Amino acid sequence: MNEAASPYLLETRDIVKRFGGLTAVDRVSIGVRPGEVLALLGDNGAGKSTLIKLISGVYKPDGGSLLVEGKDAHIESPKDALAAGIETIYQDLALAENLDVGANIFLGRERFKKRLGFIRVLDDADMAKEAKTVLDRLDIRIPSLKAVIRTLSGGQRQAVAISRSIYWKAKVLIMDEPTAALGIAEQRKVLDLVRTLRDQGLGVIIISHQMYDVFEVADRIAVMRRGQLAGERLARDSSPDEIVGLIVGSETVTRR
Amino acid sequence: METAKHGTAPGLAGGLRSFLGGRWVVIFLVLEIVYFSFTSKGFADFNSVQILLFYGTQVFLLAVAELFVIITGGIDLSVGYILGFASIVSIKIVNALVVAGLPVPAAIALGAVATLIVGLVPGLVNGWLVAWLKVPPFIATFSMLGVCHGVSELVINGVYALGMPQMAADIGNGYILYKAPHLPFVFFTPPQVARRTPVLELIPNIVIVAAIVIAIFAFVLARTRFGRHIYALGGSMDAAVRAGIPTKRRILQVYALSSFLASLAGVTYSFMYVSGKADAGASLLLDAIAAVMIGGASMFGGSGTVGRTMIGALILAVLDLGLRMAGVPTFNKYILVGVILVLAVIVERYLPEAQLSISEERK
Amino acid sequence: MIGSSGAKAPPLASPLVRAIARNWSAAFLLLMLVVFSLATPNFLSITNAQNVVHLQTIGFLLAAAETFVIITGGIDLSIGFVMGLCSVSAAKLMQLLMARGLPDATTVVLASVVVLLLSLLPGLVNGIVITRFKVPPFIATLGMWGIANGIALKLCDGFPVAGLPDLLPRVGNGYLLYVLPGNFLSFFDKPPDFPDARIRELWRLIPFSLPFIVAVLGFLAFRLSRTAFGRHTYAIGGSMDASIRAGIDVDRHLVKVYVLSSFLAGIAGVFNVFQTGIGNYTTFNASYEFFAVAAVVIGGASLTGGKGRVFGSAVGVLVLAFLENGLAISGVQPFYRYIAVGVLLVFAVVVDKLFPDLL
Repeated sequence: MNEAASPYLLETRDIVKRFGGLTAVDRVSIGVRPGEVLALLGDNGAGKSTLIKLISGVYKPDGGSLLVEGKDAHIESPKDALAAGIETIYQDLALAENLDVGANIFLGRERFKKRLGFIRVLDDADMAKEAKTVLDRLDIRIPSLKAVIRTLSGGQRQAVAISRSIYWKAKVLIMDEPTAALGIAEQRKVLDLVRTLRDQGLGVIIISHQMYDVFEVADRIAVMRRGQLAGERLARDSSPDEIVGLIVGSETVTRR
Repeated sequence: METAKHGTAPGLAGGLRSFLGGRWVVIFLVLEIVYFSFTSKGFADFNSVQILLFYGTQVFLLAVAELFVIITGGIDLSVGYILGFASIVSIKIVNALVVAGLPVPAAIALGAVATLIVGLVPGLVNGWLVAWLKVPPFIATFSMLGVCHGVSELVINGVYALGMPQMAADIGNGYILYKAPHLPFVFFTPPQVARRTPVLELIPNIVIVAAIVIAIFAFVLARTRFGRHIYALGGSMDAAVRAGIPTKRRILQVYALSSFLASLAGVTYSFMYVSGKADAGASLLLDAIAAVMIGGASMFGGSGTVGRTMIGALILAVLDLGLRMAGVPTFNKYILVGVILVLAVIVERYLPEAQLSISEERK
Repeated sequence: MIGSSGAKAPPLASPLVRAIARNWSAAFLLLMLVVFSLATPNFLSITNAQNVVHLQTIGFLLAAAETFVIITGGIDLSIGFVMGLCSVSAAKLMQLLMARGLPDATTVVLASVVVLLLSLLPGLVNGIVITRFKVPPFIATLGMWGIANGIALKLCDGFPVAGLPDLLPRVGNGYLLYVLPGNFLSFFDKPPDFPDARIRELWRLIPFSLPFIVAVLGFLAFRLSRTAFGRHTYAIGGSMDASIRAGIDVDRHLVKVYVLSSFLAGIAGVFNVFQTGIGNYTTFNASYEFFAVAAVVIGGASLTGGKGRVFGSAVGVLVLAFLENGLAISGVQPFYRYIAVGVLLVFAVVVDKLFPDLL
C-alpha cells in the first residue's frame, strides 16, 4: 500500500465543533484512502462520536472543511452524507426487526413490478435476488433470506446492516463499535467482513475499544484526546502499548 | 424456516409446538364450529354462515381498521364512535338530498360517498395529533371518541337518527342473488312470489361490499410500499426514519384509513338498520381489538395480517352466533371474549413465533 | 422527585410560566369556577359544590386507582366494570343475607367486607397475567373488562339489584351537619320530628362521602409520595431496567399496584350501593375507565409512566365534573362535555410535551 501517493477518499481538514464553551472537536485532520481501514480510538469524551457525527452530517462543523475525493463536500444533513457515499452503521444498526433481509436492504427504496399494467406491487422476489447478490459478494451466509431480522444473530444483523450500505454504493463506511455486542466467533466474522470490504476498495473508519480488533484489521490508527488528534500511527509499526499511551496521554511515548 | 428460529426444541413436543404456532387460531376456529354444530340446532347451515357474515360486517371492518393502526404500534379507540357518527351523517345527508329533490338512487350514492369523505376528518385529526403533536395514540383517539360522541349527539339532539328511503334498506338487507322455485336466478331484486315460498337468498350485498374493501386493504398491506412502510415503522421507528420513510405522513394515512373503514362500517350500519345513533359501535371496540390480537398481532406493532385478523373476527362471530342459537345469554360472550383475548396473547407468546416474514406469509 | 426526565435539556421558561404549566389544571379549574359563577347565578352555591363532589366520589376513587397504574407505565381498563361487578355482587350478597334473616346492619357490613375482599381478585389476575405471562396491560385489563362485565350481567341478568336495606342510602347520602338557619343544628341526621314540608329550608353540610374521600386520597397520596411503595411505583414507570437492577421486585410490585387498583374499584362499587341504594352494573357507554384515565392525564400524569400525583388526578376529576355541571346549569347542551374533554386531554398532553421536566 502506497500511503503517500494515494489521495484520500474522505478527509477532514482542521475541522472544529463547539458546544457552547466546550470545543468537542478541535482542528482535527484525518483521512481515509480507498482500500484502507482507519481505526479511531480515544477515551470516553475524547470527541470520537462528535467527529463521526460531523462526517455523517448529523452535526454541522463550526470551522474547517470536509473533503470527499479531494473536493469540498457540502454535507449539511445525513441525507447529504448518504448522497456523497458516506454510510454510517451505528451500534443499534437501525434495522426493522420484523421484516426480512431483502425488505431491510431496500427499506425506503423499495422495488416494484406492475400488475394489470397500473398497480404497483412490491417485487419481493427481485429484492431478495438483489439481496442475495450483495450478500454473496461479501461472502455473508444467512440461513434464509426470508428470515426476519429478529431471528438472526448479532453478527448476521451487523452483516445485513453492512450489506445495506454496500448495496447503496457506499464509498466510505463508518462503523461504531461493530463488535461490541458480539460473541467471539461472531466478532471474527465481522472483522473478516471488514477485510473483505477493504479489499473491495472501500474506505472504512472503525471506532472500537477493543485493541485486539484494531490491530487485527486496521491499517492506520488515529487517536483522539480532549477533542484533538493526539497522534496517528501505522498499525504495523505500532504496538498496543504505544496506542494506550496516546489514549491516556502519557508523554513517555516515543514519537517517531 | 422454523429451524432458523431461536432454537425451537427438537423432538415431538417441539414439532407439535412448531406445528401449532401460527395454525392454532385456525384449529381453534374449526373446533369452535364443530362444537357449535353439535350443540346449537341449525348452526351448521348455509344460512347461518350468511347471517354470521351479515351481522359481523361492522366488526370485520373495524378489525381491519384497528389492525392497520396496531401495526404502527398505535391504537384507535375512536373507531366505534366514528361508526356511530357516520351512521348518523349518512342518514342525515341522504335524507337532505332526497328532500332537495335528488332522485333516490343518486341521493343514496351521493350520501354514502359524502359520508365516507366526512368520515376521513376524525382520522386526519387523529393522525395529525399522533404524528405531529406527538400525542399518545390512546389519548388522541380517546379525545376523538369524545368529540365524535359529542358531535353525534348534537346532530341528533340526543335521540336516534331515523328514516332512510326504502331503497337504502333494500340494499342494506338485500342479497346479490335470489332463486325461487321454478324461476331463474335473479340479481338484487327479490322475486315476486307468494309468501312462505322458500326463496334461496345468496350473499348479502353488505357482505360483498365489505369483502371487496377488505380484500383491497389486505392487498395494500401485503403487497404495496405503503404496507411495507407501516410494518417497518411499527417494527422500528428509528430504522424507518433513517431509511427515509416519510413516517409522519404514513401515520396520518393510517389513521385516516382507519377512520375511513369505521365510516364505511357506519354507512353499512345505517343501511342495515335504517337508523343511526351515537353509540352504535361503542361495544364493538372490544371485538375489533380482540380480533386483531387473536389474529396474532402484537400490541407493540410491526406484525399482523388481514387474513389472520379475519380469522380472529370469525372466531368471535362464530362464538356470538353459536351462543345465541344455543340460547345462552349474551353475557357469557363478554366473559369468553375476555378470556380468549388474554389466552390468545399468552399462547402466541409460548408457541414459536407465528409471524413469518411478511413475504413468506403469502406463499 | 425522581430524575427520569433529567436527561432532557431544561426548557428556557420563566419560573412563573413553569408554575402555571405545572398546575395548569388547577388554574383551569379556578378559572372555570369563576366563569361559571359569573355566568350562571345557580352555580355558586354550597349545595351545588357539595353535590358535585359527592357525586364524584366514585370518580375520585377510580382516578386514584388509575393514577398508580399509569405511573408504572401501565393502564387498567377494567376498573369501570370491576366497579359494576362489585356493586352488583354486594347487592346480591345483601339480598341473600337478608333472606337469611340477618339484621340490616350486619348484612350491610358483612356483604361490604366480603365484596371488598373479592375485589382483590380481578387485580390479582390482571397482575399475574401481566407480570407472569407478559401480556401487555392494555390487553390483560381489556380481557378483564369483558370478564367482569360478563359476570356482573350474569349475576343481575341485566337489571339493577333492588330491595336492599334502607340503611344504605341513609348512610351513603347522609351529611355530618343538618342546620336550619337561626333555629337548630343537628349531627348525622335530621331531627326525627322535622316536617317533610320544610325540608327545603334545611341546610345539609358536609356529606359523609367528603371526609371519607379526603381520608382515602390523603392516605394514597401519602403512600405515593412518602413511602418506599410509592417511590418504587415511580421508579418502575421511569425505568423498568433500572428498577430491576436496583433490586426492586418489579413483578411483585406491579401485582400489588393492579390489586390496589382493583381494590379501589371495589370500594367504588360498594360505595355505589350505599349511594344509590341498589346494585348497578356498568353500562357500555359509561366509559368510567376512560374518564378516569382522562382525569389522570389532565391531572399531569404521562401515559409513558413515571409521572403523576394523586391530588393532581383529583383536580382532573373536578375539572371534568365541574365542566359537566357548569355546562348543564348554564343550559348548554350536555354533549359539549364530551368534546370539551377531548380538547382538554389533548391540551394536557401538549403541555406535558412542552415542559418535559415538570413533575
